[in-house]
Amino acid sequence: MKRSHEPIFWSLFGAGGVLSALVAPILIFITGIIAPIGLWMPPQALEYSRVLGFAQHWFGKLLVLAVISLFLFHAAHRIYHGLHDIGVHAGTGTMAASYGGALLGSLAAAFLLLKIGF
Amino acid sequence: MATVKTYVRPMQGWWRRNPYFVRYMIREGSSVFLATYAIILLVGLLRLTQGEAAWDSWRAALTSPWSILFHWLALLTVSYHAWTWWKVAPKTAPDLRVGGRPLPEMLITAGGVLATLATSVLVYVIVRWM
Repeated sequence: MKRSHEPIFWSLFGAGGVLSALVAPILIFITGIIAPIGLWMPPQALEYSRVLGFAQHWFGKLLVLAVISLFLFHAAHRIYHGLHDIGVHAGTGTMAASYGGALLGSLAAAFLLLKIGF
Repeated sequence: MATVKTYVRPMQGWWRRNPYFVRYMIREGSSVFLATYAIILLVGLLRLTQGEAAWDSWRAALTSPWSILFHWLALLTVSYHAWTWWKVAPKTAPDLRVGGRPLPEMLITAGGVLATLATSVLVYVIVRWM
């Protein structure tokens, strides 16, 4: 019997689900709402030198990669299976677009994190 | 060969007929917001590698009203998703037993929600003050 690749995608989906349930609301609130409007978050908090230092630290890199990659794989799994609900049937094309997109995004994040230095 | 004309029940808008399915679609739809947010962060990372001016223009772009509106919608749907995630956790988590008895479902869900709140406070404190 051909082995299923579902466990891999299910694990990434689960990991992304837990991580997004824990940190996605506060991250969206900080980077997308309170920092841009300057409420409860001073502009210095996300200034260039500080965020650069975070992205250059190995632990910062790990967190950034985990957030971007796992959010993408979690969403890819939901979108891949959810397309069926709106009448687009699951196939190689939708699979390549969803999981392939998540993989490309993850590789891009990893590449950028290496490029930014240590 | 003659085409078989089987009746196919129209499925257009099926999920709007039942509030349970509307909630299901909101939960599944939150993933589109989550993916978009991840891409926004990825673009931010790209701009960060390009220097201070690029980083500042990314931050400036996030102050546009459309961006703020998007992030409010993302916050609402993704928070709802977080709630549903902990709500089903008693069924998806490994069998947790204390003294031979399964942990009450309420406790697992409450634990998850508390974990989200604690992590949120921690992230806020770190970003703002550390």
